Amino acid sequence: MKVLVAVKRVVDYNVKVRVKADGSDVDIANVKMSMNPFDEIAVEEAVRLKEAGKAGEIVVVSMGPKQCEETLRTALAMGADRAVHVETDAVLEPLAVAKLLKAVAEEEQAQLIVLGKQAIDDDCNQTGQMLAALMNIGQGTFASKVDLADGSVNVTREIDGGLETVSLKLPAVVTTDLRLNEPRYVKLPNIMAAKKKPLAKKAPADFGVDITPRLTTLKVAEPAKRSAGIKVASAAELVAKLKNEAKVL
Amino acid sequence: MAILVIAEHDNASIKSGTLNTVTAAKKIGGDIHVLVAGANAAAAAAAAAKIDGVSKVLLADGANLAHPLAENVAPVVVEVSKAGGYSHVLAPATTTGKNVLPRVAALLDVAQISDIIAVEAADTFVRPIYAGNVLATVKSADAVKVITVRTTAFEAAGEGGNAAVENTAAGAEAGLSRFVGAELTKSDRPELTAAKVIVSGGRALGSAEQFSAVIEPLADKLGAAVGASRAAVDAGYAPNDYQVGQTGKVVAPQLYLAVGISGAIQHLAGMKDSKIIVAVNKDEEAPIFQVADYGIVGDLFSVVPELMSELSK
Ligand SMILES: Cc1cc2nc3c(=O)[nH]c(=O)nc-3n(C[C@H](O)[C@H](O)[C@H](O)COP(=O)(O)OP(=O)(O)OC[C@H]3O[C@@H](n4cnc5c(N)ncnc54)[C@H](O)[C@@H]3O)c2cc1C
Ligand SMILES: Cc1cc2nc3c(=O)[nH]c(=O)nc-3n(C[C@H](O)[C@H](O)[C@H](O)COP(=O)(O)OP(=O)(O)OC[C@H]3O[C@@H](n4cnc5c(N)ncnc54)[C@H](O)[C@@H]3O)c2cc1C
Repeated sequence: MKVLVAVKRVVDYNVKVRVKADGSDVDIANVKMSMNPFDEIAVEEAVRLKEAGKAGEIVVVSMGPKQCEETLRTALAMGADRAVHVETDAVLEPLAVAKLLKAVAEEEQAQLIVLGKQAIDDDCNQTGQMLAALMNIGQGTFASKVDLADGSVNVTREIDGGLETVSLKLPAVVTTDLRLNEPRYVKLPNIMAAKKKPLAKKAPADFGVDITPRLTTLKVAEPAKRSAGIKVASAAELVAKLKNEAKVL
Repeated sequence: MAILVIAEHDNASIKSGTLNTVTAAKKIGGDIHVLVAGANAAAAAAAAAKIDGVSKVLLADGANLAHPLAENVAPVVVEVSKAGGYSHVLAPATTTGKNVLPRVAALLDVAQISDIIAVEAADTFVRPIYAGNVLATVKSADAVKVITVRTTAFEAAGEGGNAAVENTAAGAEAGLSRFVGAELTKSDRPELTAAKVIVSGGRALGSAEQFSAVIEPLADKLGAAVGASRAAVDAGYAPNDYQVGQTGKVVAPQLYLAVGISGAIQHLAGMKDSKIIVAVNKDEEAPIFQVADYGIVGDLFSVVPELMSELSK
């Protein structure tokens, strides 16, 4: 059973991004980039399924500029077998990414497609659901547990009230939440070995997919900053302030 | 112009996020219709009809909609939105809305605008990106705008409506997914995203036992909801749906107490719009103090009991 994992290159979660002076966009030149943390969890899950003998080949795919190759190499070092890079410098919205992923998933005949629940840059939380819609298959979003059986997968989902389990017919899309697993650290020999694993190059045009953006960013701005308040010396003082000054008690 | 709001409900009543979403729809302007897709959901539809500003309620009632499975709900939303010629389809950015709405957007071949916090014009919206460190103003070129709404950014619509309820087709069972079961956190406390007061605990609580022994009594005393940092949830001190932050719940109560939480940007993303923030932390350099209105530097295991006794006075 083949597993396809989508990995996105994003600004590292430790970086606090700044807005460009003209307010046209965020300034991400020269900041540290990493694999989207939810996608690390996605790769880890696929590798664990393979190690448990439940999955066969693991193909990882990324859409975006040349540097996505690094992200794909990281996924290969974690244990994926093969990579596909759909290279483009164009702005890709989730719908376009989903259309490209559908083309790749169909070409690969993947049975399980694993994505992150959200990319920590745009925080859209859309791509997996859109992909499942376009492929007319089931979706197990915000997964904290994935149980693969014959022809189906049980997914436990983190929902507002707690947890929910759904059973999906394969092929299916799963999007990862934080508690699904803890991704492994890649070791140097694996990084070396990953350099030899196959990485195929494609372009959006190869799939005949229209990737024209539907949204225009008119401006970006930093939100009003909260200023630090005061330190109080005791619980008594705090309660007094909350009652008399802030009036929230 | 007419706007379709997808109700979040439990078949018997409407969940509060729907009320905030109706307010966002009012800001866009136009007739507001609410779709209730459920099973034996007439009571929920009747409740939706009373929301101020709603002019029509559509009820899709069928066994295939007993649980909000995206595979079954999305086609109904698509049918209704096409038939009604809606210009906007809105849902609250809850786990249900986030699960279903992108599926609707893809079926309509339009973009989704996630988690909006303001309406600038009928086609222009503000949404946070990069954990709320940046606000992007985006304009949509699509014929139908599919939008999830950050509920804390809009007031809840009141009662006072008297809309007609119409039935609409519930569609077929898609046969792609099946509801197996749910483990819901039982609690008599207010719901996190709608709570006026929240007490959140972090890694410093050290165990599930101490989390309940320290955080819960304080929450009970204040009539507050309980939240947690990711670290506390990962460590099993608190259930997953308590997580506040970029990748958990976004809250904006009148009063937020962060107890033993350092204040990582991912956590701040979920609570920095609270009216008053109080932090208890033994490290005076903790970043949480940079956003706190009132901070106490000290050991939470002595500060919280003191707070309890002050509140009892
Ligand atoms: C208004 C707007 C402006 C933009 N401006 C820019 C810009 O200036 N520069 C720029 O580079 N991009 C830009 N983008 C594109 C943006 O960076 C994202 O690639 C796109 O919006 C997808 O959103 P997301 O990653 O938040 O999706 P989500 O739905 O949050 O992502 C979920 C998952 O989908 C998968 N996924 C998403 N994208 C990819 C990908 N490319 N390859 C492989 N898997 C993927 C991952 O598994 C990820 O975890 C812009 C997008 C919008 C909407
Ligand atoms: C992709 C991704 C998504 C994330 N999403 C979220 C999210 O949605 N929400 C979230 O919260 N985090 C999120 N995080 C995690 C975040 O980066 C932090 O790791 C997390 O918030 C830290 O939790 P904490 O403050 O409880 O723990 P710590 O950072 O360990 O802080 C504990 C604090 O307690 C204080 N302390 C210790 N003992 C005591 C005592 N006895 N009395 C008083 N104070 C004490 C310490 O001084 C310290 O400041 C995410 C991370 C990633 C990578």
